[in-house]
Amino acid sequence: MIQPPQIDFSVIGALTVLCVWGIALLLIDAFFIAEGQKRVTGYLALAGLAVAALVGLPSWGQSSNTFSGMVQLDGFSQTLIWIFLLAAAITIVISLDYLPRHDIEKGEYYPLVLFATAGMVLLAQSTNLIVMFLAIELVSIPLYILAGFAYPRVTSEEAAMKYLLLGAFASGFFVYGLALIYGQTGTVQLFSVDGSDSIASYLDRATLVAENNVFLFAGSALILVTLGFKVALVPFHNWTPDVYEGSPTPIAAFMSVGTKGAAFAALLRFLVQALPNLQAIWMPILAILAALTMIVGNIGALKQLNVKRMLAYSSVGHAGYITLAVITGTTLGTNAFLFYILAYTLTNLGAFAVLIALEKQGESAWSLEDLSGLWQRQPLLAVAMAIFMLSLAGVPPTMGFVGKFYIFSAAWEGGLVWLAAIGVITSAISAFFYLRIIARMFMYEPTRAEEASLSRALKVGLAVAAVAVLLLGLIPTPIIELVNNSLLVAAR
Amino acid sequence: MELAIFIITALIALVGAGAMIMSRNAVHSALFLLLNFAAIAILYLLLRAPFLFAVQLIVYTGAIMVLFLFVVMLLGAERAEDERDAIAWQKPLAIGLSVILFIEALIVSFRNGFAALPELSAEAEQIGAPETIGQVLFSKYLLPFEITSIILLVAIIGVIVLNQRRKTVS
Amino acid sequence: MTQAVSLEYVLIVAAALFCIGLFGALARRNLISMLMGIELMLNAVNINLVAFWRYLEPSYVTGQVFVLFIIAVAAAEAAVGLAMVIAVYRSRTTLQADEVDSLKG
Repeated sequence: MIQPPQIDFSVIGALTVLCVWGIALLLIDAFFIAEGQKRVTGYLALAGLAVAALVGLPSWGQSSNTFSGMVQLDGFSQTLIWIFLLAAAITIVISLDYLPRHDIEKGEYYPLVLFATAGMVLLAQSTNLIVMFLAIELVSIPLYILAGFAYPRVTSEEAAMKYLLLGAFASGFFVYGLALIYGQTGTVQLFSVDGSDSIASYLDRATLVAENNVFLFAGSALILVTLGFKVALVPFHNWTPDVYEGSPTPIAAFMSVGTKGAAFAALLRFLVQALPNLQAIWMPILAILAALTMIVGNIGALKQLNVKRMLAYSSVGHAGYITLAVITGTTLGTNAFLFYILAYTLTNLGAFAVLIALEKQGESAWSLEDLSGLWQRQPLLAVAMAIFMLSLAGVPPTMGFVGKFYIFSAAWEGGLVWLAAIGVITSAISAFFYLRIIARMFMYEPTRAEEASLSRALKVGLAVAAVAVLLLGLIPTPIIELVNNSLLVAAR
Repeated sequence: MELAIFIITALIALVGAGAMIMSRNAVHSALFLLLNFAAIAILYLLLRAPFLFAVQLIVYTGAIMVLFLFVVMLLGAERAEDERDAIAWQKPLAIGLSVILFIEALIVSFRNGFAALPELSAEAEQIGAPETIGQVLFSKYLLPFEITSIILLVAIIGVIVLNQRRKTVS
Repeated sequence: MTQAVSLEYVLIVAAALFCIGLFGALARRNLISMLMGIELMLNAVNINLVAFWRYLEPSYVTGQVFVLFIIAVAAAEAAVGLAMVIAVYRSRTTLQADEVDSLKG
């Protein structure tokens, strides 16, 4: 007889709500919501996200796990879950008018966003490599489909195809790594609270002779490659500009913050919880990759005249800064990581929302020219874009500044002084292309006569993001307190 | 005896895979891959995993490869690729990568001294049986199992969404 | 079993298949062939998992369970991939990866 396992539903509350509501929404959409009324599905999806955020409240501050320790709820994952739900909510809000305007409105869009969010939530919570693998797939497969959603534009199909082939390719590496680690340690559990078998406990026991642990080293390297691909670390970053440019703009925004944040959370758990004993080995390797990522991403962005591609390269650069926080392996680093993810989520979603406002059906208004004189055409839009650009560049008094400061001080205390120095230098370089956009908007004459299309939903999304970026940059204390209380459960 | 079966099966699998890569005709490629998957199924049997043997045959050779063949023939895409190679740099890179990885794998495998195939006791023989797998799947690995179901649901929706064209194409 | 197959041989066959799949996914220009290469990579990993289960810890069935998950995911990826292939083919009647290149970076 099969004994059903004891399930602690408070641990997987958000995940359950998102999956169940996603399935229900598919049915509701198919049977009750008429063609042309699909924005109702979007509102219902927003309600689901709100419920998923609320179920996390009662268990805030606790740390518990379920399913034999495969999923963990701690302060770290709960804060990340809230950030992902916020990202999904803003994505849906800025999609509400984008979809009908581009004639690609289909009800399945919103449930797919919910499923991808469920995958991100699971990825932030997973402490087991097989769950991590399935979570990565649950994030990726909906996003492959969503990237191909704007099918009248051929570039969208191409972006989807490219993303799928490279993503599936990377998954192959992940499972090979998983198999090798399983062969070496006999388990794929990252760590365990109750002292049962795990990679961390294997490393505690084993003498670290390289010859005896070849499978573990090779497997870990393969897994790092996959996660590096998902977060777009150099040299695995080449897909980002193409995929972001081709995808529907809200989806590019969602990918740039959600997938990145979730994959970084998995990377952090893998490094800090499973391989803390090997920090001497992975830290220098990832430090070099982080330095390269900061340099290549920011220099690459310098050359771009297409704003969407520029934001893609800038997201590569930001992946470098986030890596900096991850590899310190300290509590300060984890806190800085959470703060930066929130700051980056709000800022980048806002910047993409401005692009959406400038986009007309069938045409892409992403060149620098299109932003010229925005101040005279749409003053509020120009001010919002300026706030986001300043935050991305890390200029006070925005959230981006506090986030960067937080990360660099974590790196400084973690002994990565040279890396913090590279971070500061590349930030200075990046200021050039962010400020170039601001200059375009405020100092040039308009070259386009068309009005930007600012619908009410888009206004709400933009206002929330801009005010939050500015306000939390001026008064960051509540968020800092939140991340300070977001503890990551560690093996020891 | 077991070794002989293993060697023959492995050779078939490798030749099937190699021919899959070499053949310029997509239908031939798919059929070679079918051969390869069948050989892998035999390997599972040899390793005493009868349930996976059945799953491999039903899911891979029976469903996935038939889907591949179906798409190839539906699109009439089986015609040979032209020889002109626009991305010439990819081939040396791919060969290099593959050779390096393979050599690495060789070294890795020979460095690790593992015991030879352990004899299975009658009790352990039971472990590969479908009942045991089902029990583990529905108790310890219930969460991954449920997630798999969501992934498959997403794939179904995706296939429909990606190929559903609007009547009004502007 | 006088001449037992040792774990090394199984792992080498799996590694070889993985590399052939990797080569196929990188070097072929036909989108369907690229997908086939990826399927082969995942199959090679499955052999690895079964072999590790069989040789190292036959008393737990974990390795086999992982294989089932990977097969399910591979099926999902193949289905979505082929659907995309059909969509791409419909809009431009080619499956050559280098002709699908309106995005230039």
